[in-house]
Amino acid sequence: MMIKSRRSFLKVAGIAAIGMGAAPVMNLAASEPHGSAQPKTEKNEETLHAERWGMVINTSKLNEEVVEAIKEACHKSHNVPDFTIEPDAEKYSGTRPVRDGQEIKWIWDEHFHYAFPDKEDEFLAEKFHDLPFLVTCNHCKNPPCVQACPTQATFKREDGIVLMDYHRCIGCRFCMAACPYGSRNFNFRDPRPFIEETDPDFPTRTKGVVEKCNLCAERLAKGEQPHCVEASEGAIVVGDLEDPESEIRTLLAEHYTIRRKQSLGTEPSVYYIV
Amino acid sequence: MLEIAIQGSKKYWLWIVLLLAVMGAGAIAYADQFLNGLQITGMSRDVSWGFYIANFTFLVGVAAGGVMVVIPYYLHDYERFHRITILGEFLAVACLVMCLLFIVVDLGQPIRMLNVLLYPTPHSMLFWDMIVLNGYLFLNIVVGWKVLEAERNQIEPVWWTKPLVYLSIPFAIGIHTVTAYLYCGLPGRGFWLTAILAPRFLASAFAAGPAFLIILCYIIRKFTKFDPGWEAMQTLSKIVCYAIIANLFFFACEVFVVYYSGIPGHLSHMQYLLFGLHGHNMMVPWMWSALILMGLGAIFLLIPKLRNNRALLPVTCAMIFFGAWIDKALGMIAGGFVPSPLHHVNEYAPTLQEGIIALGVYGAGLFVLTILYKLATTVKEEVRG
Repeated sequence: MMIKSRRSFLKVAGIAAIGMGAAPVMNLAASEPHGSAQPKTEKNEETLHAERWGMVINTSKLNEEVVEAIKEACHKSHNVPDFTIEPDAEKYSGTRPVRDGQEIKWIWDEHFHYAFPDKEDEFLAEKFHDLPFLVTCNHCKNPPCVQACPTQATFKREDGIVLMDYHRCIGCRFCMAACPYGSRNFNFRDPRPFIEETDPDFPTRTKGVVEKCNLCAERLAKGEQPHCVEASEGAIVVGDLEDPESEIRTLLAEHYTIRRKQSLGTEPSVYYIV
Repeated sequence: MLEIAIQGSKKYWLWIVLLLAVMGAGAIAYADQFLNGLQITGMSRDVSWGFYIANFTFLVGVAAGGVMVVIPYYLHDYERFHRITILGEFLAVACLVMCLLFIVVDLGQPIRMLNVLLYPTPHSMLFWDMIVLNGYLFLNIVVGWKVLEAERNQIEPVWWTKPLVYLSIPFAIGIHTVTAYLYCGLPGRGFWLTAILAPRFLASAFAAGPAFLIILCYIIRKFTKFDPGWEAMQTLSKIVCYAIIANLFFFACEVFVVYYSGIPGHLSHMQYLLFGLHGHNMMVPWMWSALILMGLGAIFLLIPKLRNNRALLPVTCAMIFFGAWIDKALGMIAGGFVPSPLHHVNEYAPTLQEGIIALGVYGAGLFVLTILYKLATTVKEEVRG
């Protein structure tokens, strides 16, 4: 028994040694004459950088059409499910009807008194009653969701963007309880049957994880503006809050702006010109 | 010692089979949830925690309530609790098993749950809750088992059970304090954002835990030859009395603060629970029932003649237990999430399937409790006989 196992060990070791010897040869065969087979990482020169990303929404420039265009641009490109559509009966047979209130939205419109419940005023200026106020993740400087998350599946990047790792999230929904802005969504079900056209540039999610606006981190990395900015016809500006020369800072210097639930100390990075 | 659990009367086996059937129904309902997601629950974007977390919160309290027999016996040498200390410890074990199960069935991705250990995150209160809950479970299993084993062999328990008992006392306070911190540290939830939440949790825990223990003592007296002792039960009922009055007092403090200050972000939740908000009043009958049950229970325990009435005491305890359950399980979740942070009013009610899964968890807890109590009472009978 002993001998046999030693012999078989030697056999395996011998094969392994041949393998190790073969590795450089294989690499040589694989590499270009002037390059290596190692994966190469390099910085994308076009990537947009900021010390702290922020957003200014000019409410007076928004109307229903623009708001719809913004929501659609965001949701389509991020594969956010639309539970109003009928899923493909052949591909997704047996899909159950959707329960009320289990919807998913990254950016949406609210009436003033819902977007700013602490600024409710019975003598509120007439025009505010009908204006759509776009709300989304505030990418807070002090995000309560990040503090609450037990696995760091939601985290704040160095440039201030609050992101989600959909593969780490355990779906405890502590972050949803923690968010004072109702900006977080839970995948109560597999969202895929309700995505009309999957955008291959962005991952779809699985059931049981939380998701929310990511400030189009994937587009900023390619040097592109977020979808909502592009669709907003100038109503939304995204830029560096810490750069005094930035467009966003000029806007903040020139206009009176408000933020949602400022008194909580979460320091939202989304500003509203009203 | 475990062999005791497989020797029992016909009634015992009937009860075990019943519990297994309940657990089985829960498992089938859960299998569907596991495959199709939490869509089967009544939870929503606005009310993102429901019946599972509600019961979890309440049962953490019942588990912590076990310490109300440990403290008098181990710290004050209160001999009358000698016979029921093990019952308190084993009750804590069963409750903690249910707590952990409720957490697991609430997770969207339960197979990833060990991520909490893989990426330990001290700034998350859930991380600490995991540590204290598992710690308290471990302490109670080890201490309960070792002490009972020693009793069976008629020897002194091994020396290191003592320090573990002392350690379990701050752990008992800890599990409920940290569970309260899950809620009261969140900036945007006016109903939970109150420093009295942890004390209130503890007060209702020290009422509900011992109240349930008294009911269990009655059941034990009926079905076994082991007598936990009427004096011990009377002392327990006094503990329940003080604790439920403290809970009601803390609740009154809460009501005063939100109504007198009138800050809408705090007031609207209490208004929803007690009187309904914008025509939504699902919780109103529940909350008033809870207050009446707890209030009447307190009165019944305050008056010595009623407290010492052997027929009334289990009824009183059931009233307090059920009242505390409504208050802390249903009220804590509904009050916290309604209205939503944007002040939308979306109410929550559990679905039938959600209820069956919860029932399955309770079945599992009662199964553990039955087996542990079978061991405890049989050993006590053996030793005495």
